[in-house]
Amino acid sequence: MGTTQMKQVFGMPEAMKAEGRFYCPGCGHGIVHRLVSELVDEFGIRGRTVGIAPVGCSVFADLYWNFDVVSAAHGRAPAVATGMTRVNPDVVVVSYQGDGDLAAIGTAEIIHAANRGESFITIFVNNAIYGMTGGQMAPTTLIGQKSTTCQLGRDPAVMGYPIRVCELLQTLGGVSFLARGVVDSPKNVLTVKKYLKKAFQNALDKKGFSLVEVVSPCPTNWGMTPPQAMDWLKDTMLDYYKPGVFRDIDEEAKAEAQPSS
Amino acid sequence: MSEKIPIGEKVLMKGNEAIGEAAVQAGCRAFFGYPITPQNELTAYMSRRMLEEGRAFIQSESEIAAINMCFGAATVGERSMTSSSSPGISLKQEGISYMACAELPVFYVNVNRGGPGLGNISPAQSDYFQSTRGGGHGDYRVIAFAPSDVQELYDFTMLGFDLADKYRNPAMILADGILGQMMEPLVLRPYEPIPDLPSKQPWRLGDPSTPDALLITSLILNTGGMEERNLMLQKKYDSIVENETRYEEVMTDDADVVMVAYGTASRIARSAMETAREQGIKVGLFRPITIWPYPHEPLNKLADRVKNMLVVEMSLGQMWEDVRLAVEGKARVHLHGRTGGGVPTQPDIIRDLKKVLASKDGEIVRNF
Repeated sequence: MGTTQMKQVFGMPEAMKAEGRFYCPGCGHGIVHRLVSELVDEFGIRGRTVGIAPVGCSVFADLYWNFDVVSAAHGRAPAVATGMTRVNPDVVVVSYQGDGDLAAIGTAEIIHAANRGESFITIFVNNAIYGMTGGQMAPTTLIGQKSTTCQLGRDPAVMGYPIRVCELLQTLGGVSFLARGVVDSPKNVLTVKKYLKKAFQNALDKKGFSLVEVVSPCPTNWGMTPPQAMDWLKDTMLDYYKPGVFRDIDEEAKAEAQPSS
Repeated sequence: MSEKIPIGEKVLMKGNEAIGEAAVQAGCRAFFGYPITPQNELTAYMSRRMLEEGRAFIQSESEIAAINMCFGAATVGERSMTSSSSPGISLKQEGISYMACAELPVFYVNVNRGGPGLGNISPAQSDYFQSTRGGGHGDYRVIAFAPSDVQELYDFTMLGFDLADKYRNPAMILADGILGQMMEPLVLRPYEPIPDLPSKQPWRLGDPSTPDALLITSLILNTGGMEERNLMLQKKYDSIVENETRYEEVMTDDADVVMVAYGTASRIARSAMETAREQGIKVGLFRPITIWPYPHEPLNKLADRVKNMLVVEMSLGQMWEDVRLAVEGKARVHLHGRTGGGVPTQPDIIRDLKKVLASKDGEIVRNF
């Protein structure tokens, strides 16, 4: 019998640690971590990339990412990333934040980093709940959604409204790219990767602030099985958090360059 | 322009600006700060000088953001600083605690104002506890200099950057509104780093020459890990106490009573000492230059022959506690404290020196 030539068509990115096994079944963080690692490899920047792990479940990003990582104080990742890139423009910073981190305690930092047009990559994972602390209400928790701190469901009369981060940031002058994707299907995962690639390219080109929001499931704290969680995400979350590109200064420039009819 | 800065020469300069120029000379790559009186001259000075030098200046959205920008700069191995005044320094404590735990160097300045609360903008030393006991949450210390003139603000800024790097630990200056705002002559000496500053290459992030996936964190969840980290930090603090404790003794040899004072209070105490000496009162001055590490041992030795000490401070007994700890009951420790922007005067100090000398065994003189 002759030998069969085998070609590897899928494998672990170099920028990902093989032993990374931490998140709950059905969690979206692992998918997003992997997309980051694939892009770090594709851009060939593993040596000069630094990931910022926030407070929350993804503080364990260093167990997945095979490149340098720093863990920031709760909500402060945009300030930490600013300090890094301002003193060393060669460093590529991937600032990873959850919804409590970015849209509650760190609201000031994200708005001002965006407004200054800081050239790092922000990944905003929106799962509408606090994961690590055990399922408390997040700034992105939907109206009527139950959590350990809104057990009868979020009532906007006393708890305010879920914050749409891309819509909030899109008016700021320093923003170069803003998009919201969702990790509910292979097709949509690839769209998230496309958005992330754009954010990486903008950071490398020092074009200004880029943020990719990823709507992501948290079955454990939603009290659902992974399939139920994915259904709820599609049926309920996406209705409020519409996927799409909110700002892209390159597209805006192209549109402006076209002669008016 | 940098060529306009007459390095090596004697100039007249505001305290806050002297700190700024020393930082520029010491290779500070970025300044991050938020407006607050009475340190605004420093931020303003840096907003111009850093850009002249092609370095980074950001007026941050908050004090919290500023210290976390310093945190970021430190992770990639660059020198940066922040400055503020009391309420703003309180806001920075979270970040300082994280940096102490993660062993990241940073230099910062507190131009102390009257407190608690929003307080006032008058000079005070009421952030002594905060400066000498770590300041934020957890088991840690920061190196704290207490300069008493503009020359020392300049010199200890340079040394502060060096010691922060040497020990991979936060280092600070505790000044006050008088020191920050006043103009004095100083020599702009050229920056010379202390010997044997360790390279940051082995631990700095984003450096392609360090291929391993490095992690800088202050989160240590494994059993016993946090205790181990704290004990390791404690060893470092022991070494700082051993090598970096600084103080000055003036006319203590024949003294019947010694004043213990730092910063602005020590200048007034020194003048009071000279006046009191003319009146025949044998008084000396012990001036802590670092308030952490605190010169406990030399004070303890001094207490073998000097049985009365008068602490002169612009707070209500904060340093008094350290002096009492230091002398271990061998001397009586009296207190002249002012607060909320009140500044000691020579006549009041001399009045209390006389009270101390007339006091009986076991009696403690206190001015409030």
